[in-house]
Amino acid sequence: MSDTSAALPPRASSRVLRSLRHNPSAIAGAAIILPIVILALLAPVLPIPSPDATSWTAIRKAPSALHWLGTDELGRDILSRMIWGARASLLAGVVSIAIALVTGVPLGILAGYFGGWVDMVISRVTEALLALPFLIMAIALAAFLGPSLTNAMIAIGLSAMPVMIRLTRGQVMAVKAEDYVEGARAIGLNHLEIMSRYVFPNIVPPIIVQATLTIATAIIAEASLSFLGLGQQAPAPSWGAMLNTAKNFLTQAPTYALFPGVAIFLTVVGFNLLGDGLRDALDPREQ
Amino acid sequence: MHIFIAKRLLIAIPTLILVSIFVFTLQKLLPGDPVLALAGEERDPATLDAIRAQLHLNDPIVVQYGRWIWAALQGDLGMSLRTNTPVTQLIAQKLPVTIQLAVMSMIVAVLCGIPGGIYAAVHKRRKGDYIVNILALSALSIPNFWLGIMMILLVSVNLGWLPASGYVSPVENFWLSMKTMLMPALVLGTGLSATLLRHTRSSMSGVLKSDYIRTARAKGLRPREVILGHAFRNAILPIITLMALLFGELLAGAVLTEQIFTIPGFGKLTVDAVFTRDYAVVQGVVMCTAVAFIAMNLVADVLYAFLNPRLRAKL
Repeated sequence: MSDTSAALPPRASSRVLRSLRHNPSAIAGAAIILPIVILALLAPVLPIPSPDATSWTAIRKAPSALHWLGTDELGRDILSRMIWGARASLLAGVVSIAIALVTGVPLGILAGYFGGWVDMVISRVTEALLALPFLIMAIALAAFLGPSLTNAMIAIGLSAMPVMIRLTRGQVMAVKAEDYVEGARAIGLNHLEIMSRYVFPNIVPPIIVQATLTIATAIIAEASLSFLGLGQQAPAPSWGAMLNTAKNFLTQAPTYALFPGVAIFLTVVGFNLLGDGLRDALDPREQ
Repeated sequence: MHIFIAKRLLIAIPTLILVSIFVFTLQKLLPGDPVLALAGEERDPATLDAIRAQLHLNDPIVVQYGRWIWAALQGDLGMSLRTNTPVTQLIAQKLPVTIQLAVMSMIVAVLCGIPGGIYAAVHKRRKGDYIVNILALSALSIPNFWLGIMMILLVSVNLGWLPASGYVSPVENFWLSMKTMLMPALVLGTGLSATLLRHTRSSMSGVLKSDYIRTARAKGLRPREVILGHAFRNAILPIITLMALLFGELLAGAVLTEQIFTIPGFGKLTVDAVFTRDYAVVQGVVMCTAVAFIAMNLVADVLYAFLNPRLRAKL
């Protein structure tokens, strides 16, 4: 995950929206993500078989009119499991980022705004956490917390937190030197008011960009943990867990391993494109 | 230079202490009594008390940490509950395998990423640049475990060119070892090559705008000499330090690759330890990865200072 350094003057949302509408990356990203999100949300009402419905007469069937993407080792419909699996992936992406934001942004604001020993303590802890590679940390946390989708999301969120702290801290340090923050101090506003009304709104754009790009990383991390058996647990569907099973039937059912991987790939490409587009739209240097 | 290295080493010490506190705390995350988790099916109170006393779990937590870190500093990361072997010995056995995979993956990444990045920078905002960028975005977005599965399906199952799994030591049979490790290295190196490509493109793009490049062109030097002789020599500096940083990340990336290709390395040791609840091994692996990562950060800093003539002169 890379840090971003966009900056946005206040009340520039209309310019950003206009810029996003003309940004090919953002448009392509949204065009990929939206159908996946809609399918995932509508999964319960779509005319598809239950993702858990097994059929001993339809084991590892190739794609057909009845089962568009074929069936798995228990005769379950792969398309249905992929659509329901999208919910796990997207949920993991969004919840993990929410955890990273809720924990990382306040700590980053405190470090950047107050400086001194507060900054030193938070920065040293952040550096220590950054010394643990993302996946190793997520695996270790998921291993000690126990294998489940919830714990995987907590593990991914906490692993993504140090990048959020570092990004927020850097942005706050730049913003707090601005005249309008000095002005707010001069009229006697307290620290909480300055941080919430003057500092925070001006550091939101780069955080949005980073969060979008981190969703892509979180989706791959969730799929990786589920692939290793540390994420979503059977029989609940997840793209990573489907690939873990599919690798055992490569010669008998090669298409089984194809579709969940394509789904992960497209979703991650979508979020990466959207993140790139947002960065271009939110960074005045790109205008 | 010696003082610079000593200073950087001193700065790394607080980070290492904090990492060790984090790794030690991991075991405290275990839900319920850790002794029950460690004892498995055993529920006899006398046995549980014996385990608790053996592991000094009745001591205050600070004393437990002090004992653990003191042992770790002497190379004792505890015993594997599964194999009853010292964790350090297990890691020492598996690490060379993963280092071989990491080195080969880095070679793949350098061979694809750096020329790709130079090409994209030279052809910036032209068709070639867009194609290279799309390839890089795809390489960054592809989950490496899926790429591994697809390559096994294509290269091993359908074409029969390379073995699908296993490991041969280069000491035993060098060429077979290279052949067995080629596909895992390609899989692990793909994402890395995209990262290197993007950074090379960005670094080269900046350098190509410099006055001295314009001067070199004005002097009538051939484009090849300008790009490789002048621009690349200056653009490579941040790339070399990035490579040192990425080498630490390769250890983490190896977890999934080793799992797919059944390579008995550091990553497979991690996953096996997680599933057998061999917590001492998990702690040892996390600690070793963090130490390797911090060491590579240090190498990156020293390399940057050494390779940059302006910084070198000040040291």
